[in-house]
Amino acid sequence: MSATTQSPASKQPGTGKTTGANRAAGRAATTELVSWKAGVGLGLLAILGTVLFGFLANTKSAGFRIAEARDPNASSTAAWVTLVVALAAAGYLGYRWISQRREGGGVDRWIPATTIAAVVVLGLAALGVAQVEKITVPSMVFGWICALLLLGLAGYAILLTLQRRRTPGWLGGLFAVVFLVGFMIWIVAGGRDPEPSISLGGLMAGAVTLAVPLVFGSLSGVLCERAGVVNIAIEGQLLLGAFSAAVVATVTGNVYVGLISAAVAGALVSLVLAVVSIKYLVNQIIVGVVLNVLISGLTSFLFSTLLTADPENLNKPGRLQAVDIPFLADIPIIGPILFRQSLVGYLMYVAVIVVYVGLFHTKWGLRVRAVGEHPQAADTVGINVNRTRFINVLMGGAIAGIGGSFFTLVSVDAFSKDMSGGRGYIALAAMIFGRWNPIGAFLAALLFGFADNLQSIITIIGSPVPSQFMAMLPYALTVIAVAGLVGRSRPPAADGIPYVKG
Amino acid sequence: MSEKTTPDPLATGNNSAPEPAPTQVPGGTTSEAVASDVALDTAGGQMPPSAVPAATQLRGRDHRDGDGSVLHQIFTGNAMVSFLSVLLAIVLGGILMAVTNPKVAVTAGYFFAQPGDLLTEVIRPYTALVQGSIFNWAGADLAAQLYPITETLTVATPLICAGLGVALAFRAGLFNIGAQGQIIFGALFGAYVGFAWHLPIGLHLLVVILAGLVGGAVWGGVVGLLKARTGAHEVIVTIMLNYIANFLLLFLLTTPAFQRKGSTNPISPFLDSTALFPELLGPQFRLHAGFLVAIAATAFVWWLLNRSTVGFEFRAVGANPNAARTAGINVARSTILVMAIAGALAGLAGVAQVSGTEKYLSGGVAASIGFDAITVALLGRSTPWGTFFAGLLFGAFRAGGVAMQAQTQTPIDIVLVIQSLIVLFIAAPPLVRAIFGLNPRKKKTTTSGTAGSHTGGVKSGAAA
Repeated sequence: MSATTQSPASKQPGTGKTTGANRAAGRAATTELVSWKAGVGLGLLAILGTVLFGFLANTKSAGFRIAEARDPNASSTAAWVTLVVALAAAGYLGYRWISQRREGGGVDRWIPATTIAAVVVLGLAALGVAQVEKITVPSMVFGWICALLLLGLAGYAILLTLQRRRTPGWLGGLFAVVFLVGFMIWIVAGGRDPEPSISLGGLMAGAVTLAVPLVFGSLSGVLCERAGVVNIAIEGQLLLGAFSAAVVATVTGNVYVGLISAAVAGALVSLVLAVVSIKYLVNQIIVGVVLNVLISGLTSFLFSTLLTADPENLNKPGRLQAVDIPFLADIPIIGPILFRQSLVGYLMYVAVIVVYVGLFHTKWGLRVRAVGEHPQAADTVGINVNRTRFINVLMGGAIAGIGGSFFTLVSVDAFSKDMSGGRGYIALAAMIFGRWNPIGAFLAALLFGFADNLQSIITIIGSPVPSQFMAMLPYALTVIAVAGLVGRSRPPAADGIPYVKG
Repeated sequence: MSEKTTPDPLATGNNSAPEPAPTQVPGGTTSEAVASDVALDTAGGQMPPSAVPAATQLRGRDHRDGDGSVLHQIFTGNAMVSFLSVLLAIVLGGILMAVTNPKVAVTAGYFFAQPGDLLTEVIRPYTALVQGSIFNWAGADLAAQLYPITETLTVATPLICAGLGVALAFRAGLFNIGAQGQIIFGALFGAYVGFAWHLPIGLHLLVVILAGLVGGAVWGGVVGLLKARTGAHEVIVTIMLNYIANFLLLFLLTTPAFQRKGSTNPISPFLDSTALFPELLGPQFRLHAGFLVAIAATAFVWWLLNRSTVGFEFRAVGANPNAARTAGINVARSTILVMAIAGALAGLAGVAQVSGTEKYLSGGVAASIGFDAITVALLGRSTPWGTFFAGLLFGAFRAGGVAMQAQTQTPIDIVLVIQSLIVLFIAAPPLVRAIFGLNPRKKKTTTSGTAGSHTGGVKSGAAA
């Protein structure tokens, strides 16, 4: 979805076809191609942004603290090394981007995103090298700058639509970034303090931590749905994983055994899902919903009867401590966010990479996707459709179960009723938001984690927006995203349809 | 499939996908019979299966084989499966309670000396459940004895209304998880009209009901609109709108317009007495006229689905949207309309809560009714009267569960377990039959069954 690959393709059918005899048909085609959704949507958001960041701006300044390093010397060294590496990476990627563009061919899909990531890392490393401790911005001035930028971008989008050209992808991305910056400045400046400020490092690190169960859950969804089985039972898998991690870790006195048992518990939920929906061909959504209720009832019942009666021996699992990765954890800002995680956190990175590579770069992945897209064809070439689905659903359950152990082994060190709190459903949304792609699901989950953490931080510093609206934010965002952005994306073709051989 | 005995694997699931008619499969196993049903149900693998279990929805196509005796019909029929599902769920729930009850372990120690003690201990929670939901034989007078059944009907009222909303959406092929949010909106609108407007008796209640219907319809209609216009998946949208509605409710309850004067709690003022449902059996029972409204709503949905053009369109869209579109049905319009009506029904459940049971609006007005409604609709197989009786059953579980928790300290969560097990078993009839050994074909398949299906295929092929 890069800007450069999209724009030439969209221009040619857009403007080229309107000439000639079939003008009417061409016009119909162009009106269908260029929708007003982007222009109108961005326009409305820009007006909202102008009202909030401009007219309703606070006279106070907004401060963003950069997380302080534990060891200044190591941190400084790490910052310099990161700076050099990021500079080299950004330079190389930028060079490849430009040279590929000059050659006229399409730019590799991964290049723009990676380049931007490298530039961001470069900027953060530069902040670390310069040993900046706090950035303070006058909210009024920056609010108006952001508002004007938003209006300009929206105007450009509308202009493009008027010319029957498609709004390029980068415009939406840039708009989102500017909106986010303006929003952050506005909301922080609205805090109760005379000089309100928040910790940027803490915000990011908290976002990653909160995203961990979501990432595991959405990976479970990706594995199942790519094979053609709808997995609504993520919530149940997380919850039973959390429960079994707590109980088994307490009984055995070993958190790692608890972690493994969480995976087994998640797979157990998946086993029921697989047997009932694949063998007995019951609607998968129904089985998922019912399983969620069942697990919620079962764990709540066992919690009320057994765990509360004897918490010392059944519900005191201990914690998986955060482990620093040497050197990497010393990088300012990025280090604590990415490389000061618990074992579950690192497993998350591994899982994302393994699932991505497995699904898109191995023979196994090709088979799984074939089963999810066209099971009849897959069967014809000798792939056992239902066995593939069975195995994938079990693996998905195990992954979600590990995600569930986050609740009882990392976040809180005891199980409580319904402690997954609907995050399984959010993970489902993240998977759809991420277009059934592990990397996309990971990024979407991070976004949800960010919104969640922002909400709790804002509640602490006080804000002009009632806390209920802040809490609503991730959900409203999902609705907008599902309706506006992801409408074009498409689930695997055979998703939710049981395969009947013959 | 005239001469080929092996089905063509390249038949990529249009209607020519092999569907062995039941009469042509003399020795077919149950799973084969179900498979053929599913092939029909999913248009040969092009659509997800409907919410109604495939094996049971086609009344005309019963899977009769050679020995289709009456007795066999009874033992493998729908009613039997439903009964066995409930029985199995209750037995499993009993086992769960027994395993977790320390007293059971004690009595099990002297089980052979006094087996009665163990059984009493296992059966006690269920006795309390029945006493709390149907008839309390220990009650002092008739009113106390009958109180549980009225309580069941009271609790069942919103479950039935919301369940109807979910069931209606199911029939149009939409999975409405958003009953929770729609109940909240119905309650929000209804309650506001109930305490802020002061209208004459009779009219006030009508306006409250109307407001609740509108509130639910708006929140449900949004889902339909998004689905029809942008293709957003209704499952995701409804889940998200549930959260949004909940936070909106919590916010509004802190504003002066909704918060009770002089109260720091986020609760609304009491509704005017003119806005309340009249009590049916006098003030000592909670049963209110909302139950009659629920019955009327059930009748309305039955009429809508089975006797009206709109309902026919809903069912056509649910069965196969592409075919419906080809037949000239406006699928987008149907989607929006069915979600609006489903939302209105759920909104009615919200009115039943604020105007009948609770009499004011609070953050927990919807409790978990919206999610229970999904299981109610599934248990009722998405038919109006099925949903009605499923709502009564779950109402009984809920009302009895409260009494059970008070009497025997068994957590009410066991009710959730039993409910979900019932739905799970009912959705998979072959599973239940397999557990009870009621799959009569099993015996034959070991020897002649597999061979029979092959030869049967050949024979039918030759005959055709």
